[in-house]
Amino acid sequence: MKISTFAYCFNQGIKNIKRNKLFSLASVGTIAACIFMMGIMYSVIANFQHMVKEAGESVSITVFFDEGISPDKITFLQDRIEKRPEVASVEYTSAEEAWDNFKKQYFSSNPELADGFKDDNPLANSAYFEIHLKDVSEQQSLVDFLKSSDGVRQVNYSDVTASALTDFAKMVGYVSMTIILVLLAVGIFLISNTVMIGIAVRKEEIKIMKLIGAADYFVRAPFIVEGIVIGIIGAVIPIIGLYFVYKEVVSYLMGQFQTITSSFTFLSAHSVFSVMGPVALIIGGGIGLAGSMITIRKHLKV
Amino acid sequence: MIELENVSKAYSTGAPAIKNMNLKIEKGEFVFIVGNSGSGKSTLIKLLLKELEPTEGTISINGKVLNKMKRSKIPSLRRDMGVVFQDFRLLKDRNVYENIAFAQRVVETPTRVIKRRVPAMLSLVGLSEKYRSFPKELSGGEQQRVALARALVNNPSILLADEPTGNLDPKNSWEIMKLLEEINKRGTTVLVVTHNREIVDAMSKRVITMNKGVVVSDEKKGGYIYED
Repeated sequence: MKISTFAYCFNQGIKNIKRNKLFSLASVGTIAACIFMMGIMYSVIANFQHMVKEAGESVSITVFFDEGISPDKITFLQDRIEKRPEVASVEYTSAEEAWDNFKKQYFSSNPELADGFKDDNPLANSAYFEIHLKDVSEQQSLVDFLKSSDGVRQVNYSDVTASALTDFAKMVGYVSMTIILVLLAVGIFLISNTVMIGIAVRKEEIKIMKLIGAADYFVRAPFIVEGIVIGIIGAVIPIIGLYFVYKEVVSYLMGQFQTITSSFTFLSAHSVFSVMGPVALIIGGGIGLAGSMITIRKHLKV
Repeated sequence: MIELENVSKAYSTGAPAIKNMNLKIEKGEFVFIVGNSGSGKSTLIKLLLKELEPTEGTISINGKVLNKMKRSKIPSLRRDMGVVFQDFRLLKDRNVYENIAFAQRVVETPTRVIKRRVPAMLSLVGLSEKYRSFPKELSGGEQQRVALARALVNNPSILLADEPTGNLDPKNSWEIMKLLEEINKRGTTVLVVTHNREIVDAMSKRVITMNKGVVVSDEKKGGYIYED
């Protein structure tokens, strides 16, 4: 294709959008509605997953050591645990730190009560690791590993919390997958209807072009430009709208439901839209492209 | 130039539209194809444009055999054949200039050539003043002249006209026919499918008469013999 032909086809695509205002508006509206719905779903699901992940990260395993374990042995153990893929972090608290923390927590108003233990740390054997996991569903395998490790006296963990969180995460995954599939199906149905109207409008035009001797690419190119541009406009509008709605909703929720929001955090608008924006543009452009390809494919056989 | 050998076309209903047709049209000829509705005239035009495939037989145009032609070669075949329809088939959302220029865009003609060629065609069909008008602002005769200009802008060797005067009054019909004759004098082979007895009789050209898909007469300087 010559550059001048490409420029002509591109121009025609843009002109087609203006020429068929009603059809263009209907298409932009359909795509925008679908992407708006998907955007809302994505925002909700992403926040849910974020909250579940946060909750999972707060679940920790505490490991106590055998009496009289050497500091070298502790360092060695920490090294081995940190190397495991499911481990997010390992924090070591020495017996002295444990006692200091205990004093701060329980004797802060009467520090003299703790003086009796000045030279005799009652938590001498309470040095420990606090381990946070990347994924709570991996908890059991790590616990098994810890229990079988040399130098470990006791492993404290909550089985119920971990399995509840894992189940909840799974459920959110399934529900969101189902909703997105349903939305996609609805979107495809709506778009195919719009495309059907498009076919009726353009059938004659495509036929005339073909009878004059237009090659397939020449007929197709303006339609493709039109489809992609409509798709992108149809994606940009809801994304901009959602961006502001999201910010408003999050600040409203934070303000209104402080008791709930104190235990959870919401994802920032930036982190939600840095994923949703490009994905929506690709989906919008893709839907536009597919729609226009389907519209003309049948009619090119003149 | 145009050659049909034992060509038959049957539609999916089984009814034959064209039966065992043999035809030869030489370069530079002016030919009328006449017959009542259902005689197979329009099917013939569609076969020549490769809009339809023959059920049997071979069609060749300018030495190219249509039956064996690949889909990708169809555009170049059509670019060598201008075509005019009864219902004009102009692009309604484009003005006169753009409609004619469109045929040149399709063959990737440089813009500077288009700017020279389109006004020349508009002047040939007598519509220089109306280049900015849209089809709906024109009379039937004017629309057909735009269609004619579009069909000729790429200098085709053959012009196919399917009932070009079917929607026009006698005055406009004659103007179109005179234009077709003028174009033929310049060397273009012209094939006109028509119902117009008066014109066929007056112009005294080669007349091929069809009835029920069969050529019933082919006369060098013929008249309209079929009774409606």
